Amino acid sequence: MAAIKTLPTGANKHTFCPGCGHGIVNRLIRECIEELGYQDNYCFALAVGCSCNLHSQKGDFFQAAHGRAGAAATGIKRTRPDMLVIAYQGDGDAGVIGLAETLNAAYRNENLSVIIINNTNFGMTGGQMSWTTMPGEVTTTSTAGRNCDYNGYPQHLPEMIANSFSHIAYSARGSVADVKHIMETKKMIKKALQNQIDKAGYSIVEVLSPCPTNWHLDPLKSCDRIENELYPEYPLGEFKTREDK
Amino acid sequence: MAKELLKGNAAAGEAAVRAGADFFAGYPITPSTEILEYLSSRMGELGRTFIQAESEIAAVNMVLGASAAGARCITASSGTGISLKMEGYSYAESMKLPFVVVNVQRHGVGLGGLDSGQSDYFRETKGGGQGDYRRVVYAPSSIQEQVDMIYKSFDVAEKYRIGVTIFSEAVLGQMMEAVDMPPFKKREGELDWGIDGTGKKGIRNNKWTIFERVEMYHEIEEQYQEWENINVEDAEYVFVAAGLPARVCIDTVKKLREKGEKVGLIRLKTLWPYPVKAFKELGPNLKGLISVETNVQGQMVEDVALTCRKFKINAPIYCYAYGPGVPMVKEIVAKYEEVKSGKCEERF
Repeated sequence: MAAIKTLPTGANKHTFCPGCGHGIVNRLIRECIEELGYQDNYCFALAVGCSCNLHSQKGDFFQAAHGRAGAAATGIKRTRPDMLVIAYQGDGDAGVIGLAETLNAAYRNENLSVIIINNTNFGMTGGQMSWTTMPGEVTTTSTAGRNCDYNGYPQHLPEMIANSFSHIAYSARGSVADVKHIMETKKMIKKALQNQIDKAGYSIVEVLSPCPTNWHLDPLKSCDRIENELYPEYPLGEFKTREDK
Repeated sequence: MAKELLKGNAAAGEAAVRAGADFFAGYPITPSTEILEYLSSRMGELGRTFIQAESEIAAVNMVLGASAAGARCITASSGTGISLKMEGYSYAESMKLPFVVVNVQRHGVGLGGLDSGQSDYFRETKGGGQGDYRRVVYAPSSIQEQVDMIYKSFDVAEKYRIGVTIFSEAVLGQMMEAVDMPPFKKREGELDWGIDGTGKKGIRNNKWTIFERVEMYHEIEEQYQEWENINVEDAEYVFVAAGLPARVCIDTVKKLREKGEKVGLIRLKTLWPYPVKAFKELGPNLKGLISVETNVQGQMVEDVALTCRKFKINAPIYCYAYGPGVPMVKEIVAKYEEVKSGKCEERF
Protein backbone atom coordinates (compact mmCIF):
# COMPACT_ATOMS: atom_id res chain seq x y z
CA MET A 1 0.00 0.00 0.00
CA ALA A 2 1.40 3.33 -0.97
CA ALA A 3 1.77 5.85 1.85
CA ILE A 4 1.06 9.40 0.73
CA LYS A 5 2.61 12.10 2.88
CA THR A 6 1.14 15.54 2.70
CA LEU A 7 3.14 18.73 3.07
CA PRO A 8 2.74 20.36 6.49
CA THR A 9 0.22 23.18 6.16
CA GLY A 10 2.70 25.81 7.32
CA ALA A 11 5.40 24.88 4.81
CA ASN A 12 6.43 27.00 1.87
CA LYS A 13 8.90 25.96 -0.80
CA HIS A 14 12.44 26.32 0.50
CA THR A 15 15.09 28.42 -1.17
CA PHE A 16 18.19 26.29 -0.58
CA CYS A 17 20.53 24.81 -3.21
CA PRO A 18 19.57 21.45 -4.73
CA GLY A 19 20.71 18.61 -2.50
CA CYS A 20 21.06 20.78 0.61
CA GLY A 21 20.01 19.22 3.90
CA HIS A 22 18.43 22.41 5.29
CA GLY A 23 15.20 21.82 3.36
CA ILE A 24 14.77 18.38 4.90
CA VAL A 25 15.34 19.69 8.41
CA ASN A 26 13.00 22.64 7.83
CA ARG A 27 10.32 20.15 6.87
CA LEU A 28 11.02 17.87 9.84
CA ILE A 29 10.71 20.77 12.26
CA ARG A 30 7.43 21.86 10.69
CA GLU A 31 6.04 18.34 10.86
CA CYS A 32 6.97 18.15 14.54
CA ILE A 33 5.43 21.57 15.29
CA GLU A 34 2.16 20.54 13.67
CA GLU A 35 2.12 17.08 15.23
CA LEU A 36 2.56 18.69 18.63
CA GLY A 37 -0.27 21.14 17.91
CA TYR A 38 1.86 24.29 18.10
CA GLN A 39 1.30 25.62 14.57
CA ASP A 40 -0.24 28.84 15.94
CA ASN A 41 2.11 29.26 18.85
CA TYR A 42 5.75 29.14 17.82
CA CYS A 43 8.62 31.37 16.80
CA PHE A 44 11.97 30.68 15.16
CA ALA A 45 15.03 32.52 16.38
CA LEU A 46 17.33 32.79 13.39
CA ALA A 47 20.60 34.60 12.87
CA VAL A 48 22.89 34.74 9.85
CA GLY A 49 24.00 32.09 7.37
CA CYS A 50 22.09 29.70 5.10
CA SER A 51 19.99 28.76 8.13
CA CYS A 52 18.27 32.16 8.06
CA ASN A 53 16.57 31.15 4.80
CA LEU A 54 14.13 29.33 7.04
CA HIS A 55 12.23 32.61 7.02
CA SER A 56 10.86 31.61 3.63
CA GLN A 57 8.61 29.35 5.71
CA LYS A 58 5.40 30.66 7.26
CA GLY A 59 5.04 31.74 10.86
CA ASP A 60 6.79 34.02 13.32
CA PHE A 61 10.53 34.45 13.24
CA PHE A 62 13.14 36.76 14.67
CA GLN A 63 16.40 37.23 12.81
CA ALA A 64 19.17 38.28 15.19
CA ALA A 65 22.67 39.48 14.38
CA HIS A 66 25.18 36.79 13.37
CA GLY A 67 25.51 34.24 16.15
CA ARG A 68 23.12 35.89 18.57
CA ALA A 69 20.09 33.64 18.19
CA GLY A 70 20.79 32.02 21.58
CA ALA A 71 20.47 35.39 23.30
CA ALA A 72 17.53 36.63 21.22
CA ALA A 73 15.67 33.35 21.77
CA THR A 74 16.23 33.82 25.50
CA GLY A 75 14.56 37.23 25.37
CA ILE A 76 11.63 35.91 23.34
CA LYS A 77 11.10 32.83 25.50
CA ARG A 78 11.28 34.72 28.79
CA THR A 79 8.72 37.17 27.46
CA ARG A 80 6.38 34.49 26.10
CA PRO A 81 7.10 31.34 28.12
CA ASP A 82 4.21 29.36 26.65
CA MET A 83 5.27 29.91 23.05
CA LEU A 84 7.47 27.30 21.38
CA VAL A 85 10.80 29.02 20.60
CA ILE A 86 13.21 27.23 18.30
CA ALA A 87 16.70 28.55 17.59
CA TYR A 88 17.70 27.38 14.12
CA GLN A 89 21.33 28.00 13.19
CA GLY A 90 24.31 26.71 11.25
CA ASP A 91 27.55 25.43 12.74
CA GLY A 92 29.38 28.68 11.98
CA ASP A 93 26.63 30.79 13.47
CA ALA A 94 26.02 28.77 16.63
CA GLY A 95 29.48 27.29 17.19
CA VAL A 96 31.91 29.92 15.95
CA ILE A 97 30.76 33.54 16.12
CA GLY A 98 27.87 32.68 18.44
CA LEU A 99 29.64 30.15 20.66
CA ALA A 100 29.31 32.39 23.71
CA GLU A 101 25.57 32.90 23.23
CA THR A 102 25.00 29.20 22.49
CA LEU A 103 26.95 27.94 25.49
CA ASN A 104 25.51 30.52 27.84
CA ALA A 105 21.93 29.68 26.87
CA ALA A 106 22.79 26.07 27.72
CA TYR A 107 24.55 27.21 30.89
CA ARG A 108 21.38 29.00 32.02
CA ASN A 109 19.37 25.92 30.99
CA GLU A 110 17.04 28.17 29.03
CA ASN A 111 13.86 26.35 28.14
CA LEU A 112 14.66 26.36 24.41
CA SER A 113 15.00 23.95 21.52
CA VAL A 114 18.15 24.57 19.50
CA ILE A 115 18.57 22.91 16.10
CA ILE A 116 21.99 23.30 14.48
CA ILE A 117 22.89 22.30 10.95
CA ASN A 118 26.47 21.06 10.67
CA ASN A 119 27.67 21.06 7.05
CA THR A 120 31.35 21.60 7.93
CA ASN A 121 31.64 25.02 6.31
CA PHE A 122 30.34 28.57 6.11
CA GLY A 123 27.84 27.93 3.33
CA MET A 124 26.25 31.30 2.65
CA THR A 125 29.53 33.16 2.17
CA GLY A 126 30.82 30.56 -0.26
CA GLY A 127 32.41 27.74 1.70
CA GLN A 128 34.98 29.00 4.20
CA MET A 129 36.48 26.90 6.97
CA SER A 130 34.28 26.45 10.01
CA TRP A 131 35.30 24.99 13.38
CA THR A 132 33.55 21.82 12.21
CA THR A 133 35.57 21.54 8.98
CA MET A 134 37.19 18.11 8.78
CA PRO A 135 40.97 17.64 9.09
CA GLY A 136 42.43 18.05 5.61
CA GLU A 137 39.18 19.40 4.15
CA VAL A 138 39.67 21.97 1.42
CA THR A 139 37.69 25.18 1.81
CA THR A 140 38.24 28.68 0.45
CA THR A 141 40.17 29.58 3.61
CA SER A 142 41.96 26.25 3.97
CA THR A 143 42.99 25.77 0.37
CA ALA A 144 45.68 23.23 1.23
CA GLY A 145 43.29 21.33 3.45
CA ARG A 146 42.55 22.11 7.09
CA ASN A 147 45.74 21.96 9.11
CA CYS A 148 44.50 21.14 12.59
CA ASP A 149 47.83 21.92 14.27
CA TYR A 150 47.46 25.46 12.99
CA ASN A 151 43.68 25.91 13.00
CA GLY A 152 42.51 23.69 15.81
CA TYR A 153 40.61 20.42 15.67
CA PRO A 154 36.94 19.87 14.75
CA GLN A 155 34.43 21.15 17.26
CA HIS A 156 31.84 18.82 18.82
CA LEU A 157 29.14 21.13 20.11
CA PRO A 158 26.49 18.65 21.36
CA GLU A 159 29.12 16.67 23.26
CA MET A 160 30.63 19.86 24.67
CA ILE A 161 27.24 20.98 25.94
CA ALA A 162 26.25 17.53 27.26
CA ASN A 163 29.55 17.22 29.11
CA SER A 164 29.65 20.77 30.45
CA PHE A 165 26.09 21.37 31.57
CA SER A 166 24.70 18.34 33.35
CA HIS A 167 21.37 19.99 34.11
CA ILE A 168 20.20 20.42 30.49
CA ALA A 169 17.38 18.29 29.07
CA TYR A 170 18.75 16.94 25.84
CA SER A 171 21.74 16.82 23.52
CA ALA A 172 21.94 14.74 20.37
CA ARG A 173 23.36 14.50 16.87
CA GLY A 174 21.44 13.27 13.86
CA SER A 175 21.93 13.19 10.11
CA VAL A 176 19.84 13.62 6.98
CA ALA A 177 22.08 11.52 4.72
CA ASP A 178 19.53 8.73 4.31
CA VAL A 179 15.90 7.93 5.13
CA LYS A 180 16.65 5.90 8.22
CA HIS A 181 18.67 8.75 9.75
CA ILE A 182 16.12 11.33 8.63
CA MET A 183 13.46 9.50 10.62
CA GLU A 184 15.79 9.21 13.64
CA THR A 185 16.58 12.90 13.40
CA LYS A 186 12.89 13.72 13.36
CA LYS A 187 12.50 11.82 16.64
CA MET A 188 15.37 13.84 18.11
CA ILE A 189 13.82 17.13 17.00
CA LYS A 190 10.47 16.10 18.40
CA LYS A 191 12.04 15.22 21.74
CA ALA A 192 13.76 18.62 21.78
CA LEU A 193 10.41 20.35 21.24
CA GLN A 194 8.55 18.13 23.70
CA ASN A 195 11.15 18.93 26.36
CA GLN A 196 10.46 22.61 25.92
CA ILE A 197 6.70 22.04 26.11
CA ASP A 198 7.28 20.08 29.32
CA LYS A 199 9.49 22.94 30.62
CA ALA A 200 12.33 20.44 31.04
CA GLY A 201 15.04 22.87 29.95
CA TYR A 202 17.59 23.26 27.20
CA SER A 203 17.69 20.86 24.24
CA ILE A 204 20.15 20.87 21.37
CA VAL A 205 20.15 18.74 18.23
CA GLU A 206 22.97 18.98 15.72
CA VAL A 207 22.19 17.62 12.28
CA LEU A 208 24.89 16.51 9.82
CA SER A 209 23.78 17.88 6.52
CA PRO A 210 25.08 17.78 2.94
CA CYS A 211 26.32 20.95 1.21
CA PRO A 212 26.80 19.86 -2.41
CA THR A 213 27.50 23.40 -3.62
CA ASN A 214 30.48 24.05 -1.38
CA TRP A 215 31.66 20.46 -1.15
CA HIS A 216 31.79 20.38 -4.97
CA LEU A 217 30.07 17.00 -4.93
CA ASP A 218 26.75 15.91 -6.37
CA PRO A 219 23.95 15.31 -3.85
CA LEU A 220 24.37 11.54 -3.67
CA LYS A 221 28.13 11.74 -3.27
CA SER A 222 27.56 14.36 -0.59
CA CYS A 223 25.49 11.85 1.33
CA ASP A 224 28.20 9.24 0.85
CA ARG A 225 30.72 11.69 2.26
CA ILE A 226 28.62 12.14 5.39
CA GLU A 227 28.48 8.39 5.87
CA ASN A 228 32.13 7.67 5.12
CA GLU A 229 33.93 10.75 6.45
CA LEU A 230 31.72 12.56 8.92
CA TYR A 231 30.24 9.72 10.97
CA PRO A 232 33.67 8.62 12.32
CA GLU A 233 34.41 12.19 13.46
CA TYR A 234 30.88 13.16 14.47
CA PRO A 235 29.16 10.12 16.02
CA LEU A 236 25.37 10.06 15.87
CA GLY A 237 23.17 9.51 18.89
CA GLU A 238 21.94 11.00 22.12
CA PHE A 239 24.58 12.38 24.49
CA LYS A 240 22.19 13.53 27.16
CA THR A 241 18.52 12.82 27.74
CA ARG A 242 16.01 13.80 30.42
CA GLU A 243 16.31 10.32 31.87
CA ASP A 244 20.01 10.98 32.58
CA LYS A 245 19.18 13.97 34.76
CA MET B 1 4.19 61.55 48.32
CA ALA B 2 7.35 62.42 50.18
CA LYS B 3 10.55 62.67 48.25
CA GLU B 4 13.04 59.82 48.55
CA LEU B 5 16.80 60.21 48.74
CA LEU B 6 18.11 58.00 45.96
CA LYS B 7 21.32 57.31 44.11
CA GLY B 8 21.09 58.27 40.44
CA ASN B 9 21.48 54.75 39.13
CA ALA B 10 18.99 53.25 41.58
CA ALA B 11 16.53 56.01 40.72
CA ALA B 12 16.99 55.18 37.03
CA GLY B 13 16.12 51.55 37.75
CA GLU B 14 13.07 52.47 39.81
CA ALA B 15 11.91 54.95 37.15
CA ALA B 16 12.00 52.16 34.57
CA VAL B 17 9.99 49.93 36.89
CA ARG B 18 7.43 52.70 37.43
CA ALA B 19 7.24 53.23 33.68
CA GLY B 20 6.18 49.62 33.24
CA ALA B 21 9.43 48.04 32.04
CA ASP B 22 9.00 44.28 32.12
CA PHE B 23 12.38 43.17 30.82
CA PHE B 24 15.97 44.05 31.71
CA ALA B 25 19.15 42.33 30.59
CA GLY B 26 22.57 43.73 31.35
CA TYR B 27 26.17 43.15 32.31
CA PRO B 28 28.20 44.79 35.08
CA ILE B 29 30.32 47.82 34.18
CA THR B 30 31.31 50.80 36.27
CA PRO B 31 29.73 53.35 36.64
CA SER B 32 26.35 51.95 35.56
CA THR B 33 26.38 48.72 37.59
CA GLU B 34 23.96 49.89 40.28
CA ILE B 35 21.14 49.89 37.72
CA LEU B 36 21.81 46.19 37.11
CA GLU B 37 22.12 45.53 40.84
CA TYR B 38 18.98 47.44 41.72
CA LEU B 39 16.85 45.75 39.08
CA SER B 40 18.22 42.28 39.86
CA SER B 41 16.05 42.21 42.97
CA ARG B 42 13.38 44.76 42.04
CA MET B 43 12.25 43.06 38.83
CA GLY B 44 11.95 39.72 40.60
CA GLU B 45 9.84 41.26 43.39
CA LEU B 46 7.35 42.43 40.78
CA GLY B 47 7.34 39.20 38.77
CA ARG B 48 9.15 40.83 35.86
CA THR B 49 12.18 39.55 33.98
CA PHE B 50 15.79 40.31 34.87
CA ILE B 51 18.71 38.52 33.23
CA GLN B 52 22.38 38.99 34.02
CA ALA B 53 23.74 38.28 30.57
CA GLU B 54 27.11 36.81 29.62
CA SER B 55 28.07 39.95 27.69
CA GLU B 56 26.76 43.29 26.53
CA ILE B 57 26.23 41.76 23.11
CA ALA B 58 24.05 39.02 24.54
CA ALA B 59 22.25 41.52 26.77
CA VAL B 60 21.22 43.74 23.88
CA ASN B 61 20.15 40.74 21.81
CA MET B 62 18.04 39.43 24.67
CA VAL B 63 16.45 42.86 24.85
CA LEU B 64 15.77 42.82 21.11
CA GLY B 65 14.16 39.38 21.31
CA ALA B 66 12.01 40.45 24.24
CA SER B 67 11.07 43.71 22.53
CA ALA B 68 10.09 41.83 19.38
CA ALA B 69 7.84 39.66 21.55
CA GLY B 70 6.13 42.74 22.99
CA ALA B 71 7.98 43.44 26.26
CA ARG B 72 8.83 46.94 27.53
CA CYS B 73 12.61 46.67 27.60
CA ILE B 74 15.51 48.54 29.09
CA THR B 75 19.23 47.96 29.41
CA ALA B 76 22.06 50.03 30.81
CA SER B 77 25.80 50.23 30.41
CA SER B 78 28.83 52.49 30.07
CA GLY B 79 31.76 53.11 27.76
CA THR B 80 32.92 49.98 26.00
CA GLY B 81 29.76 48.14 27.03
CA ILE B 82 27.69 50.53 24.95
CA SER B 83 30.09 49.98 22.03
CA LEU B 84 29.24 46.29 22.18
CA LYS B 85 25.55 47.14 22.12
CA MET B 86 25.83 49.28 19.01
CA GLU B 87 25.28 46.41 16.59
CA GLY B 88 22.03 45.81 18.46
CA TYR B 89 21.04 49.49 18.12
CA SER B 90 21.28 49.14 14.37
CA TYR B 91 19.44 45.81 14.27
CA ALA B 92 16.71 47.28 16.45
CA GLU B 93 16.21 50.06 13.95
CA SER B 94 16.10 47.58 11.06
CA MET B 95 13.19 45.84 12.78
CA LYS B 96 11.70 48.96 14.38
CA LEU B 97 12.12 47.57 17.89
CA PRO B 98 11.70 50.06 20.72
CA PHE B 99 13.94 49.85 23.78
CA VAL B 100 15.58 52.21 26.22
CA VAL B 101 19.29 52.33 27.05
CA VAL B 102 20.80 54.24 29.93
CA ASN B 103 24.38 55.20 29.07
CA VAL B 104 26.07 56.20 32.31
CA GLN B 105 29.07 57.69 30.59
CA ARG B 106 32.61 57.08 31.69
CA HIS B 107 35.22 59.29 30.11
CA GLY B 108 37.80 58.25 27.58
CA VAL B 109 38.71 56.00 24.68
CA GLY B 110 39.36 52.26 24.82
CA LEU B 111 38.96 51.06 28.36
CA GLY B 112 38.67 54.71 29.32
CA GLY B 113 38.68 55.75 32.93
CA LEU B 114 36.12 55.89 35.68
CA ASP B 115 35.82 59.66 35.47
CA SER B 116 32.54 61.21 34.54
CA GLY B 117 32.18 62.85 31.15
CA GLN B 118 30.32 63.39 27.93
CA SER B 119 32.81 61.79 25.58
CA ASP B 120 30.09 59.65 23.95
CA TYR B 121 28.27 62.61 22.39
CA PHE B 122 29.16 61.76 18.79
CA ARG B 123 28.43 58.08 19.25
CA GLU B 124 25.06 58.55 20.90
CA THR B 125 23.74 61.33 18.70
CA LYS B 126 25.20 60.53 15.30
CA GLY B 127 24.78 56.78 15.09
CA GLY B 128 27.51 54.40 16.21
CA GLY B 129 26.10 51.26 14.65
CA GLN B 130 26.04 50.46 10.96
CA GLY B 131 23.70 52.26 8.58
CA ASP B 132 21.51 55.36 8.64
CA TYR B 133 19.44 55.54 11.76
CA ARG B 134 18.50 57.74 14.67
CA ARG B 135 17.74 57.28 18.32
CA VAL B 136 16.06 59.80 20.58
CA VAL B 137 18.59 61.04 23.15
CA TYR B 138 17.58 62.61 26.47
CA ALA B 139 20.24 64.39 28.55
CA PRO B 140 19.19 64.85 32.18
CA SER B 141 20.81 67.46 34.44
CA SER B 142 19.47 66.07 37.71
CA ILE B 143 18.29 62.77 39.11
CA GLN B 144 14.70 64.01 39.11
CA GLU B 145 15.00 64.97 35.48
CA GLN B 146 16.50 61.59 34.66
CA VAL B 147 13.57 59.86 36.37
CA ASP B 148 11.05 61.94 34.44
CA MET B 149 12.85 61.34 31.15
CA ILE B 150 13.04 57.56 31.64
CA TYR B 151 9.38 57.58 32.66
CA LYS B 152 8.26 59.06 29.36
CA SER B 153 10.96 57.46 27.20
CA PHE B 154 9.10 54.16 26.83
CA ASP B 155 6.03 55.92 25.46
CA VAL B 156 8.12 57.79 22.89
CA ALA B 157 10.01 54.59 22.01
CA GLU B 158 6.82 52.62 21.44
CA LYS B 159 4.95 55.39 19.65
CA TYR B 160 7.60 55.59 16.95
CA ARG B 161 9.10 52.12 17.42
CA ILE B 162 12.48 53.77 17.92
CA GLY B 163 15.34 53.41 20.37
CA VAL B 164 15.82 55.91 23.18
CA THR B 165 19.09 56.70 24.93
CA ILE B 166 19.39 58.34 28.32
CA PHE B 167 22.63 60.33 28.19
CA SER B 168 23.67 60.02 31.81
CA GLU B 169 27.09 60.66 33.31
CA ALA B 170 29.12 58.82 35.94
CA VAL B 171 28.58 61.55 38.53
CA LEU B 172 24.83 61.66 37.88
CA GLY B 173 24.66 57.90 38.34
CA GLN B 174 26.71 57.91 41.54
CA MET B 175 25.38 60.99 43.36
CA MET B 176 22.27 61.13 45.54
CA GLU B 177 19.36 63.52 45.44
CA ALA B 178 15.81 63.74 46.74
CA VAL B 179 13.43 62.46 44.08
CA ASP B 180 9.68 62.37 43.55
CA MET B 181 8.91 58.98 42.06
CA PRO B 182 6.03 58.93 39.58
CA PRO B 183 3.21 56.39 40.01
CA PHE B 184 3.30 52.91 38.48
CA LYS B 185 2.00 52.84 34.94
CA LYS B 186 1.58 50.37 32.13
CA ARG B 187 1.60 50.65 28.39
CA GLU B 188 -1.62 52.26 27.24
CA GLY B 189 -3.54 50.05 24.85
CA GLU B 190 -2.33 46.92 23.11
CA LEU B 191 0.56 46.79 20.65
CA ASP B 192 -0.67 46.25 17.12
CA TRP B 193 2.56 44.40 16.37
CA GLY B 194 4.82 41.86 18.09
CA ILE B 195 5.62 38.17 17.88
CA ASP B 196 2.79 36.20 19.48
CA GLY B 197 3.33 32.80 17.89
CA THR B 198 0.60 33.13 15.26
CA GLY B 199 2.80 34.61 12.55
CA LYS B 200 0.30 37.44 12.06
CA LYS B 201 1.79 40.33 14.04
CA GLY B 202 5.53 39.68 14.09
CA ILE B 203 8.60 40.89 12.22
CA ARG B 204 7.35 39.21 9.04
CA ASN B 205 4.57 41.76 8.89
CA ASN B 206 6.87 44.77 9.13
CA LYS B 207 5.86 46.71 6.05
CA TRP B 208 7.76 49.95 5.86
CA THR B 209 10.43 51.67 3.85
CA ILE B 210 13.48 53.60 4.95
CA PHE B 211 11.92 56.68 3.32
CA GLU B 212 8.89 56.45 5.60
CA ARG B 213 11.33 56.15 8.44
CA VAL B 214 13.10 59.36 7.38
CA GLU B 215 9.76 61.16 7.36
CA MET B 216 9.20 59.89 10.86
CA TYR B 217 12.62 61.21 11.93
CA HIS B 218 11.57 64.62 10.61
CA GLU B 219 8.36 64.43 12.62
CA ILE B 220 10.33 63.65 15.78
CA GLU B 221 12.75 66.50 15.01
CA GLU B 222 9.79 68.85 14.73
CA GLN B 223 7.88 67.71 17.81
CA TYR B 224 10.31 66.36 20.39
CA GLN B 225 12.97 69.04 20.87
CA GLU B 226 13.29 69.90 24.55
CA TRP B 227 15.34 72.68 26.09
CA GLU B 228 15.35 75.37 28.74
CA ASN B 229 16.51 78.89 27.92
CA ILE B 230 17.76 81.06 30.76
CA ASN B 231 18.29 84.82 30.27
CA VAL B 232 19.06 84.49 26.56
CA GLU B 233 16.95 87.38 25.25
CA ASP B 234 19.32 90.19 26.21
CA ALA B 235 22.46 88.09 26.56
CA GLU B 236 25.76 88.97 24.97
CA TYR B 237 27.31 85.63 25.67
CA VAL B 238 25.28 82.44 25.86
CA PHE B 239 26.47 79.11 27.19
CA VAL B 240 25.18 76.00 25.44
CA ALA B 241 25.33 72.80 27.48
CA ALA B 242 23.55 69.61 28.45
CA GLY B 243 23.60 67.26 31.43
CA LEU B 244 25.74 68.12 34.44
CA PRO B 245 27.80 70.86 32.77
CA ALA B 246 24.48 72.57 32.00
CA ARG B 247 23.51 72.33 35.64
CA VAL B 248 26.73 74.08 36.62
CA CYS B 249 26.05 76.68 33.92
CA ILE B 250 22.76 77.57 35.62
CA ASP B 251 24.72 78.66 38.70
CA THR B 252 27.37 80.29 36.54
CA VAL B 253 24.78 82.45 34.77
CA LYS B 254 23.27 83.44 38.10
CA LYS B 255 26.63 84.40 39.52
CA LEU B 256 27.71 86.39 36.44
CA ARG B 257 24.33 88.15 36.24
CA GLU B 258 24.78 89.25 39.86
CA LYS B 259 28.02 90.89 38.71
CA GLY B 260 26.13 92.59 35.88
CA GLU B 261 27.43 90.38 33.08
CA LYS B 262 24.88 89.79 30.32
CA VAL B 263 25.08 86.05 29.99
CA GLY B 264 22.51 83.36 29.29
CA LEU B 265 22.19 79.62 28.90
CA ILE B 266 20.63 77.23 26.42
CA ARG B 267 20.22 74.04 28.43
CA LEU B 268 19.60 71.16 26.05
CA LYS B 269 17.36 68.37 27.32
CA THR B 270 17.30 66.39 24.11
CA LEU B 271 20.45 65.89 22.03
CA TRP B 272 18.60 64.20 19.19
CA PRO B 273 16.47 65.79 18.09
CA TYR B 274 18.88 68.67 18.62
CA PRO B 275 16.88 71.61 20.01
CA VAL B 276 17.56 74.04 17.19
CA LYS B 277 14.40 75.95 18.10
CA ALA B 278 16.11 77.10 21.30
CA PHE B 279 18.46 79.22 19.19
CA LYS B 280 15.59 81.21 17.68
CA GLU B 281 15.19 82.95 21.02
CA LEU B 282 18.69 84.41 21.01
CA GLY B 283 18.62 88.21 21.17
CA PRO B 284 20.23 90.92 19.03
CA ASN B 285 23.03 91.66 21.53
CA LEU B 286 24.68 88.29 20.99
CA LYS B 287 28.47 88.45 20.87
CA GLY B 288 29.33 84.78 21.25
CA LEU B 289 28.16 81.29 22.09
CA ILE B 290 30.18 79.04 24.40
CA SER B 291 29.64 75.29 24.23
CA VAL B 292 30.48 73.74 27.59
CA GLU B 293 31.11 69.99 27.48
CA THR B 294 33.03 67.38 29.43
CA ASN B 295 35.10 65.79 26.73
CA VAL B 296 38.53 66.70 25.41
CA GLN B 297 37.83 67.68 21.79
CA GLY B 298 34.55 69.49 21.97
CA GLN B 299 31.93 67.44 20.19
CA MET B 300 28.59 69.17 20.63
CA VAL B 301 30.09 72.48 19.52
CA GLU B 302 29.71 71.22 15.94
CA ASP B 303 25.95 71.05 16.35
CA VAL B 304 25.97 74.55 17.84
CA ALA B 305 27.78 75.74 14.71
CA LEU B 306 25.42 73.93 12.35
CA THR B 307 22.41 75.37 14.13
CA CYS B 308 23.86 78.87 13.91
CA ARG B 309 24.35 78.39 10.20
CA LYS B 310 20.72 77.31 9.87
CA PHE B 311 19.52 80.56 11.48
CA LYS B 312 22.30 82.74 10.02
CA ILE B 313 23.65 83.62 13.45
CA ASN B 314 27.09 85.06 12.83
CA ALA B 315 28.39 85.35 16.36
CA PRO B 316 31.65 83.48 17.02
CA ILE B 317 31.35 80.05 18.62
CA TYR B 318 33.71 79.04 21.41
CA CYS B 319 34.13 75.73 23.12
CA TYR B 320 35.02 74.88 26.69
CA ALA B 321 36.01 71.23 26.34
CA TYR B 322 36.55 70.66 30.02
CA GLY B 323 37.75 67.07 29.84
CA PRO B 324 36.79 64.42 32.38
CA GLY B 325 34.70 65.31 35.42
CA VAL B 326 32.28 68.15 36.06
CA PRO B 327 33.48 71.78 35.82
CA MET B 328 33.11 74.15 38.75
CA VAL B 329 31.35 77.50 38.50
CA LYS B 330 34.63 79.39 38.97
CA GLU B 331 36.22 77.44 36.12
CA ILE B 332 33.41 78.33 33.74
CA VAL B 333 33.58 81.95 34.93
CA ALA B 334 37.31 81.96 34.17
CA LYS B 335 36.62 80.59 30.68
CA TYR B 336 33.99 83.27 30.17
CA GLU B 337 36.48 85.99 31.15
CA GLU B 338 38.93 84.52 28.67
CA VAL B 339 36.33 84.58 25.89
CA LYS B 340 35.18 88.08 26.74
CA SER B 341 38.73 89.46 26.76
CA GLY B 342 39.45 87.92 23.37
CA LYS B 343 42.02 85.43 24.69
CA CYS B 344 40.04 82.37 23.62
CA GLU B 345 40.24 81.20 20.05
CA GLU B 346 36.92 80.80 18.37
CA ARG B 347 36.04 77.33 17.05
CA PHE B 348 33.60 78.31 14.31
